[in-house]
Amino acid sequence: MDRTAIVLIEMLSSISTLVIIAIGLAIIFGMMRVINIAHGEFIMLGGYIGVIATQRWGVNFWISILVIAPLVVGLFGVLVERLVIRRLYGRMVDTLLATWGLSLAMIGGVTMIFGNTIEGVSAPFGGVRIGAFSVSGYRLFLILVAVALLLGVLAVLRYTKAGLIARGAMQNPRMAAALGIDPDRVYMATFGVGAALSGLAGGLLAPLTGVIPTMGAAFIAQAFITVIGGGAAIVTGTGLAATLFGSVAKLVEFVSTPVIGDAALLFVALFVLRLLPQGITGRFFRRAS
Amino acid sequence: MLLEVSGLRAGYGNVPVLRGIDFAVKEREFVGILGHNGMGKSTLLNTLMGRIRATDGVVRFKGADVTRIGAHRRSTLGMGLVPQGREIFPNLSVMENLLIARATRRGDPNGVIEEALEDFPRLKRLLDRRGGALSGGEQQLLALARCLCADPKLILLDEPTEGIQPSIIEEIVDTLHAVKKRRELAIVLVEQNLDFIAALAERVLIIQRGVLTREIPPSALADADTVSEFVGFAH
Ligand SMILES: Nc1ncnc2c1ncn2[C@@H]1O[C@H](COP(=O)(O)OP(=O)(O)OP(=O)(O)O)[C@@H](O)[C@H]1O
Ligand SMILES: [Mg+2]
Repeated sequence: MDRTAIVLIEMLSSISTLVIIAIGLAIIFGMMRVINIAHGEFIMLGGYIGVIATQRWGVNFWISILVIAPLVVGLFGVLVERLVIRRLYGRMVDTLLATWGLSLAMIGGVTMIFGNTIEGVSAPFGGVRIGAFSVSGYRLFLILVAVALLLGVLAVLRYTKAGLIARGAMQNPRMAAALGIDPDRVYMATFGVGAALSGLAGGLLAPLTGVIPTMGAAFIAQAFITVIGGGAAIVTGTGLAATLFGSVAKLVEFVSTPVIGDAALLFVALFVLRLLPQGITGRFFRRAS
Repeated sequence: MLLEVSGLRAGYGNVPVLRGIDFAVKEREFVGILGHNGMGKSTLLNTLMGRIRATDGVVRFKGADVTRIGAHRRSTLGMGLVPQGREIFPNLSVMENLLIARATRRGDPNGVIEEALEDFPRLKRLLDRRGGALSGGEQQLLALARCLCADPKLILLDEPTEGIQPSIIEEIVDTLHAVKKRRELAIVLVEQNLDFIAALAERVLIIQRGVLTREIPPSALADADTVSEFVGFAH
């Protein structure tokens, strides 16, 4: 019984990690069709900001990871969009190369400033006992955060004016423009929001993973698999893909090893894309959210 | 003058389509532009709206030079477009298709939308339907209503009768008459449908290969032979 509960919690935990690392990318890729290879480094930057703000500037832990990390990375994202991405809309390969260059530059820059060592901050909450077992309270917190993130993005897209503008501009930017919407500003804001959510992801995960300049590489593949596997509907897609991939990976990990678990995630993703080339929500969910 | 166009040129890549367009539209005037397939009607309206960049010439709206500003700013100034093919947002509901026309405008959208729905009562039953799930005729009505929601002074109307059954065409004629009068609108309509343009336009211009070649009175449209001579149906 306790063991079942633990397995379930571990599964939810791995699902929530996928949601947290993928949601920013899902917004940027889903709305703008921009492939941001530096997504992992945006997460890394968020992680650093969260840790540095807590450890060196003495800022409250929660404010560091929930406010400062997304804010700084969001602003950085706006800057990147204005200086680089904006010049490359519709040129997928160029965008790919440019953001790859950006990712290398970010790794180099952070290494130069903070060195190549792991920095960390300890997770709050400590352990929570479940029968004979103990689970990390912070992991339970992240499960709630993932749910809140999905519901929050869904609510913004469906029920706010900004969400309506974003969905319209995504479906037909030329028509949106003829109705008074500046597509340029929509893209800038969308990229900023996506970057901010990546920064938030970094801040949230830093207590679990610690931060090093090259940590982005650990996230980028899983984030992309989740987003592509999810398909057109940003929230439903990310949620469903994370649930499928996360639970399969965790179950396989339980009966084997973490490495085989990761391999299983990749395998399931390939299988899904083979069956549903448009992703899980490609065919059945027409609405963008 | 509400709209003044002089020496306007535009095209796709380095293929010129508009080769020097000159005309003007007064406030509350209804101008029809008649031309064959591929003569540059849609290119003209899209260039006027700012969706295609002008390579030469000037577009003035309410006296201001708008030649180099984006479509969204022209919309804010009071230009509206009902494009060919309607361009309804397929994954927004009918209501959201109307709401989005108010998204960047001040004030409560509901009054404006209600007024538009009074003009197009057929849409009232469809508000929750996905835009992409409407019939062609319903989409055309929605495109007109959506344009009105943005509260324009000038509407650029691109072949609204294309693929629409006659009963709805008549409905559109009646509605446009009423709406234009009540809202004091100017309209530029490009069409191939002679009856439709004759029923609405106060003045008819002929477009041939990217230039406006002549002006004819709407009454001349009744005589198909004269029209084909003017428009060049024989070629
Ligand atoms: N996106 C495009 N790229 C390249 N050429 C185009 C494009 N759109 C239109 N053209 C060309 O420009 C010319 C004018 O096209 P336009 O769409 O303005 O004609 P139209 O008068 O609106 O025709 P229709 O009555 O068929 O709508 C045509 O020769 C057409 O082939
Ligand atoms: Mg056309």
